[in-house]
Amino acid sequence: MTRLTTPQELEKIRKDIISKRNPDKHCITLCCGSACIASGSEEVGAGIEVEIENQGLIDEVEIRKTGCHGFCERGPIIVNHPDKTSYLHIKPEDVSEIVSQAVNGKKIIDRLLYTDPETDEKIIHESEIPFYKHQKRLVFGSNGSIDPKSINDYLAINGYSAVSKVLSGMTPEDVLDEVKKSELRGRGGGGFPAGIKWEGTRNAEEEIKYVIVNADEGDPGAYMDRALLEGNPHSVLEGLIIGAYAIGSHEGYIYVRQEYPLAVENINLAIRQAEEYGLLGKNILGSGFDFFVKVHQGAGAFVCGESTALMTALEGRVGEPRPKYVRSNIKGLWDKPSVLNNVETWANVPLIINKGADWYTQIGTESSKGTKIFSLVGKITNTGLVEVPMGMTLRDIIYKIGGGIPEGKKFKAVQTGGPSGGCIPGDQLDLPVGFDELTQAGSMMGSGGMIVMDEDTCMVDVARYFINFLTDESCGKCVPCREGLRQMNKILTNITEGKGKEGDIELLEVLSETAAEASLCALGKSAPNPFMSTLQYFRDEYEAHIKDKKCPSLYCKEMINYYIDPEKCNACMICFKKCPVNAIDGEKKKIHIIDQEKCTNCGTCFEVCPERFDAVKKLSGEPLPSPVPEEERMITR
Amino acid sequence: MEFYLGMDNDKIDQIVDRHKGEASALIQILLEIQGENHWLPRQALERISQRLHVPLSRTMHIASFYKAFSLVPKGRHEVHICMGTACHVRGAKRILETVEDLTGIKPGETDVEMKFSLETVNCLGCCALGPVINVDGKTHGMVSVSQTEGVLKNYE
Repeated sequence: MTRLTTPQELEKIRKDIISKRNPDKHCITLCCGSACIASGSEEVGAGIEVEIENQGLIDEVEIRKTGCHGFCERGPIIVNHPDKTSYLHIKPEDVSEIVSQAVNGKKIIDRLLYTDPETDEKIIHESEIPFYKHQKRLVFGSNGSIDPKSINDYLAINGYSAVSKVLSGMTPEDVLDEVKKSELRGRGGGGFPAGIKWEGTRNAEEEIKYVIVNADEGDPGAYMDRALLEGNPHSVLEGLIIGAYAIGSHEGYIYVRQEYPLAVENINLAIRQAEEYGLLGKNILGSGFDFFVKVHQGAGAFVCGESTALMTALEGRVGEPRPKYVRSNIKGLWDKPSVLNNVETWANVPLIINKGADWYTQIGTESSKGTKIFSLVGKITNTGLVEVPMGMTLRDIIYKIGGGIPEGKKFKAVQTGGPSGGCIPGDQLDLPVGFDELTQAGSMMGSGGMIVMDEDTCMVDVARYFINFLTDESCGKCVPCREGLRQMNKILTNITEGKGKEGDIELLEVLSETAAEASLCALGKSAPNPFMSTLQYFRDEYEAHIKDKKCPSLYCKEMINYYIDPEKCNACMICFKKCPVNAIDGEKKKIHIIDQEKCTNCGTCFEVCPERFDAVKKLSGEPLPSPVPEEERMITR
Repeated sequence: MEFYLGMDNDKIDQIVDRHKGEASALIQILLEIQGENHWLPRQALERISQRLHVPLSRTMHIASFYKAFSLVPKGRHEVHICMGTACHVRGAKRILETVEDLTGIKPGETDVEMKFSLETVNCLGCCALGPVINVDGKTHGMVSVSQTEGVLKNYE
């Protein structure tokens, strides 16, 4: 690679790359994001390579291994170019057909197409599948068309043109003004206006300043930052370079969780490639601006996603937060002014520079501009990553894009904002998504996790789950968080085990208030949110657990009993054989009965009972019907 | 069975040198040692502290604070059960209970034959495939209780 020394050279090499590419050449793009790899896309990819060679098609067709397309549940995903046929759930045995179809334009392979569940029609193109059709993929859109390991792919889609524009014709103040005007708010949780954060750092007196990418995506159920860093690492780097230029920083860090090995690999490779082209390092594109980036791997601590804890971890110490009397954009890493934004925020920056703040602010709501990537997961038909304009309603996201709740179950709540967020019930589904709207509903935007829950999800257990998670992740530095959460966890666990008592709810409220008021960092301050929001909307479930010793969702293991309905039991012996503790009594033609003394409530019988019999029931808060008398157990019907 | 108590000092020095002996790289150095050796022997921690001029107490603080580090030897296969929210609502708890029954160990433990070490993790970012079991870095998605035994059987 040649080192580029002027913006003109960048444009020349871009032209060279594009001119060498034939847009009509057949290209099979295969999703190689982490979820698709787990579903077998590496085997599929290897199969395609062999097949192309075997069929003697090396000159006619190429394979491009891209990042995450978003529709993770249907992986591995292939889109054939130029006709853009989209195939889902690919298995290695489908490969030879796909290769011949791509090149010879043979009949489209019906069985691998998406079937619209409502009309039963087959859909050929990705853009027409309802999951994609209602999205606005500005930040995430390139993921499916470029190889994240190739900087040339990124250059071919106009990559680094924003850096070039900034370095050749904009002053740092111009850049800062543009970002401020765009009203870009941080996508990592707090939603703080990025431009104002940057300005604070720019105006700080210290000479040395840092810019940092927070890729310590710790919220369980959120993985958009992973998908961006894995699938389009250069877009994040480009945003970081622009930010560094605007605030006058020459050193940047990328703090990425070690649980994301592919993201670590791809961002390291991207940095090397950018350095070789002279897009990072000394005198970038001949502008005189120097900027260097290092990658730091997190070692597994949720609290390190908190800005001050992250900076302490970067210094090579234990990631504990500090009080923020002075904000980290004034006194951060090694006590120097430091701008920390998350992956998605940085990836928005090139877009704003290229298309302008005026264009950007047309998208979204009054107080939340642009788009947001959500990870739509849990009890939802179309699981995956979705990017929508701010202001879309939860209902549209869950039903139009997500395809609703599977198995004909009823929607109960959607949990947003990770462990600091809350649960939003069904009657608020018309809420438009935006930073302030979600906060007003008792939840928050957070990093964009959206976990859908159906009627089988117990809301008390959800609160217990999050508090338990945060108890485990509390760094232990301040008392309200360390001790308060531990007590809340104990009380909530008791409630879900049927040991709740009068006054528990009030005690939980007092503990919540203290943790929210007196904790040192956002982890503790926001920790009570999952409890508070579930109490606000699902108080009846708490009361049923405490007063009636009943779990209305039939979820809490200690509060339910399994029971075989004698009217429905066909004595088929399936549950009898599968029961791991031999708690089921019965024989052929003899109605099965569960020995409640032996039963461990594992639920296996419930799972294996054939749907046509549907004989195993869960009961909670009511006495078990007395067993069928021995003489009536033989089935004569 | 091989059960060694330490790690070659030369190897440790190589890793420390790669990070130019900078104390701020302590976590990165420990991660590399953990990655290579699968656990952090005391002798290795002492050597690192000495080389970086960092008190052993600080190295221990870090090694015990972060989840990625283990101060005891690990089994041949590392089983990680995802307990993230998406996996949780899809029944991760029951998968964990099944793995506990099958292996006879709880999270954080290693069985006596040193075959499996069990850990829970909070989100592997494969939420679409939940519930998820990860063994030695390979992800098994959409696992049901009855399939769990089949997943573990592949490992000796």
